[in-house]
Amino acid sequence: MNANTERTAAWKLALLGVIVWVGATLMPQPAQAEYADVVINNYADAAGMRPVVFPHWYHRIRFRCKVCHADLGFKFKAGGNKITMAKIIDGKFCGACHNGEISWSVENCGMCHSGIPGTPTHIAGSTVQQLVAPAYKALKK
Amino acid sequence: MKNTIKKITLAASLVALPFIVSAADSQGGSLMMAATTAVSSAEITGSVPEKLSVSNANVFNRLLKKEKDPNAAPPDDGYHDPANDATTALQPPKVAYEGLPTTEFGNRVDWVKALDSGKLNPRYDRQDPDVEPFVMDLDIVRPVKASVPDVVFPHKPHTQWLHCSNCHPKIFVPQRLSNQINMSAIILGQKCGVCHGKVSFPPTTKSCKKCHSKEKPANWKPPLSEASVKNPWR
Repeated sequence: MNANTERTAAWKLALLGVIVWVGATLMPQPAQAEYADVVINNYADAAGMRPVVFPHWYHRIRFRCKVCHADLGFKFKAGGNKITMAKIIDGKFCGACHNGEISWSVENCGMCHSGIPGTPTHIAGSTVQQLVAPAYKALKK
Repeated sequence: MKNTIKKITLAASLVALPFIVSAADSQGGSLMMAATTAVSSAEITGSVPEKLSVSNANVFNRLLKKEKDPNAAPPDDGYHDPANDATTALQPPKVAYEGLPTTEFGNRVDWVKALDSGKLNPRYDRQDPDVEPFVMDLDIVRPVKASVPDVVFPHKPHTQWLHCSNCHPKIFVPQRLSNQINMSAIILGQKCGVCHGKVSFPPTTKSCKKCHSKEKPANWKPPLSEASVKNPWR
């Protein structure tokens, strides 16, 4: 009788362990995007689209900084370019290459608009986000 | 008769002993597993199991952010929406980084070394792959007040990637000693920090000496703080 209860206790413990393990793996993990990925969400959320995740590393392997930041006029500021789809189909900003000639065209919405909805405009892994205390106070409206 | 029964039970228990031990081990293992998973889930939620600390305020490394996989594939990086069909079509960084020289910070790739070794040859022009960059090889030495080594700014790797107009004259006045730069400004994204700390290698404790690379003269001593020098009672 005693051994029986012990055995059931052991099973319960094992089951508890499994439940905790499954629970821990299913928990949302802390975000760890690639360094320098830019989330651009000036207008996307408001327009019912996922925010854009721009992979800096992917473009850097293929183009030097100068191509976009000098020739195409991209400012060194996340969300500072006020990019809209209207500008892109006119061949400005992303549209200088994403036109079906140098790279795939704008009908591939999900390739850029791939971020988790609600993510604010920022650069992933920047030094400001490594600070333990916030660098500056949030603006009050 | 009783003796034989005793012997039999003894033998049986001896035979069964390894099984019992292994069963106990597996139990212990599951317990250990439960404990470790409890810790990891606590890290995620920010709560602390009672047994690990005297009080919740005295946790070890309370403010140290744990880094997970620095080059996670898009569906697992916590930024891309796994529910988006195209997310799986995106190239994972690790695939692209294969064979490139590594570092301990940023993308974990030494982009300048990759360019110098010829493993990378990104275009300098949007359409023409044969356009050569305008490279200027000029080192600028910047004296530093603190005891860390002086800064050497190399124009060469910067002009390999960028155009003069990217930095001059808006971010840096192209004149020696006419730019005020400090680390706080850099960390907050000004001056060098317009790129370093956002897209190019970040200022971390592992990367200080990439810029602070010119040793101070042997007779150099740190300047004394005036407040202390003036205090006769120190």
